[in-house]
Amino acid sequence: MQKRKWTTFDIILTIFMLFIVVITLYPFLNILAISLNNAVDTAKGGIHIWPRDFTLANYQEIFGSNDRLLQAFFMSILRTVVGTLTGIIASTMLAYVLSRRDFVFNGLVGFLLVLTMFVSGGLIPEYMLIRQLGLINDFGVYIWPMLISAFNVIIIRSFMDNLPTALEESAKMDGANDFVIFTRIIIPLCLPVIATIALFLAVMQWNSWFDTYLYARGSEALTTLQFELMKILDNANISSGDITSQNAEVIAGQTNPQSIKMAITIIATVPILMVYPFLQKYFVTGLTLGAVKS
Amino acid sequence: MSRINNTAEAQPNLPESHSPLQTPVKPGFSSYKGKKRGPDPGNKGFLKRLSKQKALFLMSFPFVIWLVIFKYIPVAGWVMAFQDYKPQLGIFEQEWVGFKHFKDLFNEPMFYRALENTLGMGILGLVFGTLSAIAFALLLNELRFLTLKKWTQTISYLPHFVSWVIVANIVITMLSPEGIVNNLLVGVGILDSPINFMAQPDMFWGIVTAADVWKETGWNAIIYLAAMAGVDPQLYEAAKVDGASRWRQMWHITLPSIRPVIIVLLILNIGNLINIGFEKQMLLGNNIVAEKALVIDLYALDYGIGMFRYSFGTAIGIFKSVISIILILICNGFAKRIGEGRVF
Repeated sequence: MQKRKWTTFDIILTIFMLFIVVITLYPFLNILAISLNNAVDTAKGGIHIWPRDFTLANYQEIFGSNDRLLQAFFMSILRTVVGTLTGIIASTMLAYVLSRRDFVFNGLVGFLLVLTMFVSGGLIPEYMLIRQLGLINDFGVYIWPMLISAFNVIIIRSFMDNLPTALEESAKMDGANDFVIFTRIIIPLCLPVIATIALFLAVMQWNSWFDTYLYARGSEALTTLQFELMKILDNANISSGDITSQNAEVIAGQTNPQSIKMAITIIATVPILMVYPFLQKYFVTGLTLGAVKS
Repeated sequence: MSRINNTAEAQPNLPESHSPLQTPVKPGFSSYKGKKRGPDPGNKGFLKRLSKQKALFLMSFPFVIWLVIFKYIPVAGWVMAFQDYKPQLGIFEQEWVGFKHFKDLFNEPMFYRALENTLGMGILGLVFGTLSAIAFALLLNELRFLTLKKWTQTISYLPHFVSWVIVANIVITMLSPEGIVNNLLVGVGILDSPINFMAQPDMFWGIVTAADVWKETGWNAIIYLAAMAGVDPQLYEAAKVDGASRWRQMWHITLPSIRPVIIVLLILNIGNLINIGFEKQMLLGNNIVAEKALVIDLYALDYGIGMFRYSFGTAIGIFKSVISIILILICNGFAKRIGEGRVF
């Protein structure tokens, strides 16, 4: 194709896209600047993307003097690691069984799984179940209810369906059983799709707050960063979202809940920022594939 | 190996050629196009096959148990809606009350307010969410500056991956009286003095929709961009020869090419119109705008768990599921009639 000239259309379009980039990034930069600014000074307003009175006090409060926030940080990491690992093992295993069309119960298991995408018990019956299982204020409530998602299993199975079967066949002739084939042959071939699903699961675990709110409010040890952030947000909202009234009674020190809120926001965003751009290639294909299949 | 010989014999019946090493495919199953994994089931007895598939059985059994406990027991819990459920009694000792809770529900003015808010925000989200994603994909597809195109796309995914707690914090900060939005509006002269957006009940639906568009546009555009990548470049060449402008090419070639994708996604989204959740409303709402923020799920949460009216809360959930299924069936039938791809 020959090189075309840049028209007015191209120039306007480029400016428009730069505008989109700015409105997407500005809030994050603004919050970063506020989190690095002296809380008393922030109350005067006028902070945009650069701190005026630089301080690390808000972060020191989280990682140094405040035990509960530090605990929340570690609990967020713990539930993300454990939840992602268990979720990956469960969905990959189930996807492999479902990719084996010769399995005698293939139809039944597939039906039970896919049906869950269309019927769900709803909030109250699920709450009653969790209560009866004794998972209230228990770490298990972060792991068990989210173990399998039908959507993820279907994405992995679609990927497995497109793998060449030659390796598997020859392993079978050498007498390998299905479990060995799964761990030695299928898993290494599925790493791209496993990376995608791991990203989805990790983001879901890291971002969860409602399960803490509903099921684990009574346990200090089970609080997470997102839940602590939600609580600060809720307190500010009681005074109709008016942040000034909070800042009017600014604490003598350098920090206040509003500035700590910004620091938590940054801490909760950075891990995501570090991971997702590198998996972009995989999740774009995964998502497109999943959408086409369903 | 006799199996490989079988494949060679079966080959003439198959539409495509299969290499001998590939899975033998029975002629009747040729619709799988060689994607079928595992050996030919053959005519072996059920138990014999099962005993050979011990590993597969053991690998799926725990998850079947999981599905039953975590997905199907809650559905069975729907019987609570027809009882006066009291947690201290067993499920069979409860008092049966028929449709009493549904009648109560339909007599509650609060329920209609929750329904109105749910559908209102659901429709706004559907319309603006779809339009913004298509528009963004169309414009990004036209962008000549490729480095910027790549970066814009990557940056546009970022808000999708952060939680609603963080987005709510961002929205409340940006819209606060000292926030950038008020600064700009006052600076330009549209507003005389800053207003507290979060305390305006009439603006709540709009704020939720705008937050949704800001968060999800980039992510939702992925699927449209993938569809646009598949459009035959010759079509654009031909249009250019005919002197079609860029706008006309977008309107007459790109948009019609992705029409099936748009329709399938619309059907799926209309089916979910009532399942908009409660996260945004719960996090962005406050006492002043509560009247506009109450959605069905929040209503079920307040009454069902907050006030221990478990049976009433379950009835709300059932109502939601029924509406959702009806919407999906209507849309599916409509798509079939206009001759576009059905979802099922």
